[in-house]
Amino acid sequence: MMKALAMPFRPAEDGDRTRQGVVVLLLLAVMLFVACLLSLGIGPTGVGLRDLWTYATGNSASLSTQERVILEAVRLPRTALGLLVGAGLAVSGAMMQGLFRNPLADPGIVGVTSGAGLAAVAAIVLGNGILAPVAMVLGNQFLPLMAFFGGLFNTWMLYLIATRDGRTSTTSLILSGIAIGALSAALMGLMIVMADDRQLRDITFWSLGSLGGATFGRVLSILPFIGAVMIIMPFVARGLDALVLGDAAAFHMGIPVQRLKKIVIVAVAAACGSTVAVAGSIGFVGIVVPHLLRLVMGPSHRFLLPGSALGGGALLLIADSVARTVAAPAELPIGVITALFGAPVFLFLLLGKNGITMRDMP
Amino acid sequence: MISAEHVTVARSGRKLLDNVGIDLEPGKFTVVIGPNGAGKSTLMKVISGEMKPDIGFVSYHGTSVDLCQPVELAKRRAVLPQATQLAFPFTALEIVRMGAVAQGALNPTEQARQALSRVGLRGFESRPYPSLSGGEQQRVQFARALAQVPQPVTEGVPRALFLDEPTASLDLGHQISVLEIARDFAAAGGIVLAILHDLNLAAEFADHLVVLNHGRVVAEGGCMETVNDEIIASVYGIAGAVGRLPAAHIPYVLPQSRHR
Repeated sequence: MMKALAMPFRPAEDGDRTRQGVVVLLLLAVMLFVACLLSLGIGPTGVGLRDLWTYATGNSASLSTQERVILEAVRLPRTALGLLVGAGLAVSGAMMQGLFRNPLADPGIVGVTSGAGLAAVAAIVLGNGILAPVAMVLGNQFLPLMAFFGGLFNTWMLYLIATRDGRTSTTSLILSGIAIGALSAALMGLMIVMADDRQLRDITFWSLGSLGGATFGRVLSILPFIGAVMIIMPFVARGLDALVLGDAAAFHMGIPVQRLKKIVIVAVAAACGSTVAVAGSIGFVGIVVPHLLRLVMGPSHRFLLPGSALGGGALLLIADSVARTVAAPAELPIGVITALFGAPVFLFLLLGKNGITMRDMP
Repeated sequence: MISAEHVTVARSGRKLLDNVGIDLEPGKFTVVIGPNGAGKSTLMKVISGEMKPDIGFVSYHGTSVDLCQPVELAKRRAVLPQATQLAFPFTALEIVRMGAVAQGALNPTEQARQALSRVGLRGFESRPYPSLSGGEQQRVQFARALAQVPQPVTEGVPRALFLDEPTASLDLGHQISVLEIARDFAAAGGIVLAILHDLNLAAEFADHLVVLNHGRVVAEGGCMETVNDEIIASVYGIAGAVGRLPAAHIPYVLPQSRHR
């Protein structure tokens, strides 16, 4: 029985994992569907899976107004947001790991999330002041756009600082990430000192890192960012695969390396920044999902990127369902759940053969 | 024909290459020899289009390399780099297939299988690259280069193989077989440029030898003109190393300690 279950996960005899990749993608799609049902059908109110079925089959008239509102205005946007945020976090992690050629690169750990957070806080604090005209023009997109530029700035800095001749050692990656993250946190502290009471409330609400305040407005504000990243995925997959062999080898195989790197940096910032803007910082999704997927489908980005999108969405929806129910009626911050699960995986990777070794020591 | 003319590369005030000219003709196996730091790898980087020279230019069949898109260059030449390490566990087949995909193969998986069996690695398809020995990794990379230019001549245009120390971590048998594959590639009308440290192998396989020292071409031609006592002594500082068998058409090199 166990053997049969492990069948699709064993490396194919002939070294070609294409079929394996397709099978895992299908399984992930099923998993995501189930996670969506869970997320829509579970909650502290009595509205359950049966009501969801009634609603979905068009008999919504038999539900009370309250039940309909819970499904339509609370659960549906929350599920949609969780799906987009989870997909964005996992894909940005997978792309970043490909870019830095290091399985430990995660936007949360290396300061990209902090950069996006700093920019989001700046948007809240300065949105009524010097940035008011910009905020007015952009409306709903102001916060995600600011967070995107914040994330972009930090990713670029990290790349410039931590990469020498196209190679990034784990030590320099993580240490520069810590420095960049600390600087962003310090600037965020300055911003908070400048904030007034109402802005402080907004910042606190934002920084809790939860899908709790999900509205369709938020879903629509990050949809263009996550959508754009999903669209470019197939175009960067081959390049990221080739990049694993090094900048030079990728160029020899016809990849326009500099252009690829620019596109990937912008995509990482878009996926990570926009999710930070709507859901605060939710750690470790970007490291856990790609890592687990590499174990079952291999490292090729052709399958890893779409797999991360599906798996990230599913993982976040499951984590959110747990966060909502485990201490009901209170809600756990979702970041707590992902960190409980993710931090051990990160440590496992750090101590493994691609992590910090004596080689990295000065 | 691929040619480099007047190539000069300077880094931090030192000339890595100084006015180097080299012609790579179809059907010829060209070997670059020279001591460490002579500029051999830099020359290969410039010719492959990876590095822009400060002065001089490189052309592929009359077209400047600057005008070629990376995708077009990838179809014209493949490069075998020195040791490559991976952070992610691709299988041998997946690595080689990247070369076939770069070439635009219709069936890259099949092409990758053929390339693997050409370098004697049939049966290694599903092995994770990081678990292979240094020599096996080197042969997987060679197979990747072969999968990228499977035919020495396609549509009347010769393709090129650039090999940076292809024999570095190989045992004696595989050193010979890798160089034999490269020689066959040249014999069928392709272009081969290799950097070698083993002068005996260089003398045996090269149609044309280029001796590089301090970024300059100090000698070029057949093995008799280049691998001789005078040049080897001046370039490597080892005197009396070159011997000739009376009937042989190639020299042999038997280096010995300078202080004995």
